[in-house]
Amino acid sequence: MKTFTYEKARDPAQAAALAASHKDAKFIAGGTNLLDLMKIEVETPAHLIDVNGLGLDTITPTQDGGLRIGALVRNTDLAADAQVRRDYPVLTRALVAGASGQLRNKATTAGNLLQRTRCPYFYDTAQACNKRTPGAGCAAQTPGAVSRQLGVIGTSAACIATHPSDMAVGLRVLDAVVETILPDGSRREIPIETFHKLPGQTPHIENALQPGEFITAVSLPAPVGGAQSYRKLRDRASYAFALISVALIRHPDGSGRVALGGVAPKPWRLQAADDQLPNGASAVMATLLEHANPTAANAFKIELAERTLAAMLAEE
Amino acid sequence: MKFTSPATETIFDTSTVVGKATHRVDGPLKVSGRAPYAYERHDVIDGQLVAYPLGATIAKGRILSIDTQHAKAAPGVHTIITTLEYDELPKDERNVASLFGGDKVVHYHQAIAAVVADSFEQARAAANLITVKYDIEQDLDFDLERQWQQRGTVEPVSATGDFAQAFQSAAKTLDREYRTPGHSHAMMEPHSTLAHWDGDALTIWTSNQMIAWNREALAVTLGLEEDNIRVDSPYIGGGFGSKLFLRSDAVLAALASKASGRPVKLALPRPFVMNNTTHRGETIQRIRIGTDAQGHITAIAHTAMSPTQPGGQGEQATDQTRQFYAGANRLIEHHPVEMFLPESNAMRAPGEASGLMALEIAMDEMAEVLDMDPVAFRALNDTQVDPENPKRTFSDRNFTRCLSEGARAFGWHDRPQTPASRRDGNWLIGMGMAGAYRGSPVLTSGARVRLQANGTVIVETDMTDIGTGSYTIIAQTAAEVMGLPVSAIDVRLGDSNFPRSAGSGGQFGAPSSTAGVYAACVKLREMIAQKLQMPEAELSFSDGAVHSAGEPQLIGTFATDAELVAEDKIEFGKFRSDDHIVSTFGAHFVELRVHALTGEIRLNRMLAVCDSGRILNPITARSQVIGGMVMGVGAAMMEEMAVDRTQGFFANHDLAGYEVPVHMDIPSQEVIFLDTLDPVATPMKAKGIGELGLCGVAAAVANAAYNATGVRLRDYPVTLEKLFPGLPKV
Ligand SMILES: Cc1cc2nc3c(=O)[nH]c(=O)nc-3n(C[C@H](O)[C@H](O)[C@H](O)COP(=O)(O)OP(=O)(O)OC[C@H]3O[C@@H](n4cnc5c(N)ncnc54)[C@H](O)[C@@H]3O)c2cc1C
Ligand code: SF4
Repeated sequence: MKTFTYEKARDPAQAAALAASHKDAKFIAGGTNLLDLMKIEVETPAHLIDVNGLGLDTITPTQDGGLRIGALVRNTDLAADAQVRRDYPVLTRALVAGASGQLRNKATTAGNLLQRTRCPYFYDTAQACNKRTPGAGCAAQTPGAVSRQLGVIGTSAACIATHPSDMAVGLRVLDAVVETILPDGSRREIPIETFHKLPGQTPHIENALQPGEFITAVSLPAPVGGAQSYRKLRDRASYAFALISVALIRHPDGSGRVALGGVAPKPWRLQAADDQLPNGASAVMATLLEHANPTAANAFKIELAERTLAAMLAEE
Repeated sequence: MKFTSPATETIFDTSTVVGKATHRVDGPLKVSGRAPYAYERHDVIDGQLVAYPLGATIAKGRILSIDTQHAKAAPGVHTIITTLEYDELPKDERNVASLFGGDKVVHYHQAIAAVVADSFEQARAAANLITVKYDIEQDLDFDLERQWQQRGTVEPVSATGDFAQAFQSAAKTLDREYRTPGHSHAMMEPHSTLAHWDGDALTIWTSNQMIAWNREALAVTLGLEEDNIRVDSPYIGGGFGSKLFLRSDAVLAALASKASGRPVKLALPRPFVMNNTTHRGETIQRIRIGTDAQGHITAIAHTAMSPTQPGGQGEQATDQTRQFYAGANRLIEHHPVEMFLPESNAMRAPGEASGLMALEIAMDEMAEVLDMDPVAFRALNDTQVDPENPKRTFSDRNFTRCLSEGARAFGWHDRPQTPASRRDGNWLIGMGMAGAYRGSPVLTSGARVRLQANGTVIVETDMTDIGTGSYTIIAQTAAEVMGLPVSAIDVRLGDSNFPRSAGSGGQFGAPSSTAGVYAACVKLREMIAQKLQMPEAELSFSDGAVHSAGEPQLIGTFATDAELVAEDKIEFGKFRSDDHIVSTFGAHFVELRVHALTGEIRLNRMLAVCDSGRILNPITARSQVIGGMVMGVGAAMMEEMAVDRTQGFFANHDLAGYEVPVHMDIPSQEVIFLDTLDPVATPMKAKGIGELGLCGVAAAVANAAYNATGVRLRDYPVTLEKLFPGLPKV
């Protein structure tokens, strides 16, 4: 771990301003991802801004009938919230499919959205990784590399890592909006759809946040109803990142929404694929994963996604 | 005590303590965090510094330079040792790859430096400031598959009869290949050592299964007299074979302590457990079985290939096939292939674990070819003699009872006869079974027992407890022989100042070390008899007293003036292996369900039936077996050291990437111990149990998955996508 300085922010505006005024500053929330990465020097912030004292830990109704989730609401509390469980059950299910009870007690809404990839080469600083060191190359794409867990779509020649969050997949299928404050005090709203960035030539840029920009909340639109489910597939029954995961909202008329986790650098959802839902799992996946470009080791994720959605449709 | 002929009637046949369910005597210390593990020996010596290791980041080549300038200047740093400052250190014969010294790199994360600092964080941060230049050796082959396809012929490990001819003329045959990946021990406590020098004398507080081996190896590697080395390892947070040998933690801590003139402790970071230490090697295996029309095996051949560092053997996956099943014509071949992956070496049930993963699928497949019940096919091919040398008999082999009692207890008759024929909603249900076989070796094992005036006995032996229950079974043994309650026995383990024991490994620890303690206790009884001037045979020891013809005398009274100390060891005669094979046997049964669409496997229930001689303590023995079953589930369903085939290292080098089972993966587990006694095994008629529980489990899972889906898997782990071809289409 590199030496760093530390301070506690007083309020969100100040947090953003502080972050912009320090070189290599990072916010620290639950710390469950950031601290791990600092220990192995994948993350080397020079300055930590602790945002845990800022409140932002409540879930409140919005004017248009939705919910505003404070950035520091813990994953455990969000999953257990009665309104979330009743009106947005796909979010609760996605949350409890992630990590472990202890981790969810610490993990925050904003931190979860910003957690970094689990590509094994990203974690070994001796390995070439464009995400860690732009231009260094991508060890995961050399012949003979280990890539079973990595992405199949939305990836690039520079990076094939996935975004590992379960919660984000739930938020994506619910069309959540990320609310932020910028260092100049202005605020903006970023739809979850455009929040995470595809790698292209710049896999180190993972989201739409500007330097210093601080997430204050994530808001959910008014409930969309429907039967909501989340299914996560992995090699062991619990406490592992997804091979793939599927978030599904289905209405009695057969229409609905589908988002995938574990396949792409962001929660993967396409309107055109949603539209195929009445035609069944194969039709959805043919559209959703049409441009997939898997490795030999992870090509199975495409069939797995189709099979999983089919299972979910059958189980309703 | 010399064990030169089978045991006759012993006090253990009427035991009141040994064989009875006894909770771990060290349990309270462990659950309250008071059992001192190697990295937390804060109290043993003042002024401890902390070292952090640096590993090579290439598989093979030479180190051109190591620049420590920035690291030396980093806060808190005392000293840095680098491999270039030492000649390649001599290695003990049990190590395959050198542990430190010189400029040669032969595997990823080979230790090449260690930074000593005031704190762990400082040492780790400084280690990251070291830069290393390599001359990398290119174009190395890390592809076992390619090696297998290009394999030549080897001198057989053993050949009996005429396999080729018998196989050719067999009524029914099977010829299949199987693949098992490498496995990591992945024990909870990584290798850790605190080292301290007093002049030329070295003390290490460490985490090691084999105290005497460790001391011998340290003497060789550091060029010391054994007498000048003390090794202390009273508590060990799991080993599974990874801590059988001297590893880099102890070497680096010792050298760093010498260099800094202070006590130094070092724990290997988790990625080092995968790439710096040993692992169970990957295998490719071919099994051929020929039978007559009734299903008697007439020909059996097992060929295996496994990677190894030069000079090693790799994983000897064929071992069990030499003796498990009958058959006159046999061929065993092993191809170790030199590869510069980290060292392949012993992991729990070395040989058998991987070998049975293949053999027990092959037996299932052969039963199917014969249209026989897999249980009946195995029972038909039971043997009571060594198939390679029928003059040697199995000392006590009740494999067919394991099969029949297991089949009955599990409800095997109710299994789906045809694969993929039973369905419960979206789940396909299957049942599978496998035989288990594991040798029960023994090693000479000594102990010292010290009778105290207060009527307690201190037992000292360098035996280790790696979480297995050694403290408890040793206390039970001493209690039984001395007629005391377990609470009156104070067991002290893991110190090289104590008499040399078998240590923990190869499931030889429990039978050997308890026999050694028995020997020492018998000697103590003889000393008491001498004091009474009576033959030992005329005394009885019970309720804390010595009973002779006259008044019972409290046992403590024999130590009123001074403690009464007896020391002895058990030495096992050649008859044990010349005339017999001493082995343990079992049968595993598994019921599982496979999701018809997604291929997810969920276990419903598991049963193990074990034939292991006298069970010294049903609680700790059961815990060994169910732990082995969990490990077998891991091997079946998820555990795989993922090899980067170009760079030559294990890419999933942490516990997020290397998955082992979690609670949700494990269903209800049942263990049945046959009430067998093996008089050839030890004076206590006990055999090992620590590895048997793992043997065959993975194959039982794979066989059950086949039964559920009709997809025969011969390539572990059995992950969901491998089942797709047999599952209903979307
Ligand atoms: C063993 C393990 C298993 C796990 N398994 C899963 C799993 O199965 N599924 C899953 O989804 N996740 C899993 N996780 C990841 C876990 O969900 C994340 O670590 C957690 O959600 C991160 O939240 P945090 O508050 O601790 O973030 P932190 O570690 O504090 O921060 C993460 C990042 O977010 C930034 N940040 C935090 N708050 C803000 C803010 N308000 N505005 C702007 N930036 C901010 C930080 O600067 C940092 O870059 C696992 C983690 C571990 C350690
Ligand atoms: S896939 Fe992405 S994260 Fe992984 S090594 Fe390549 S660039 Fe790095």
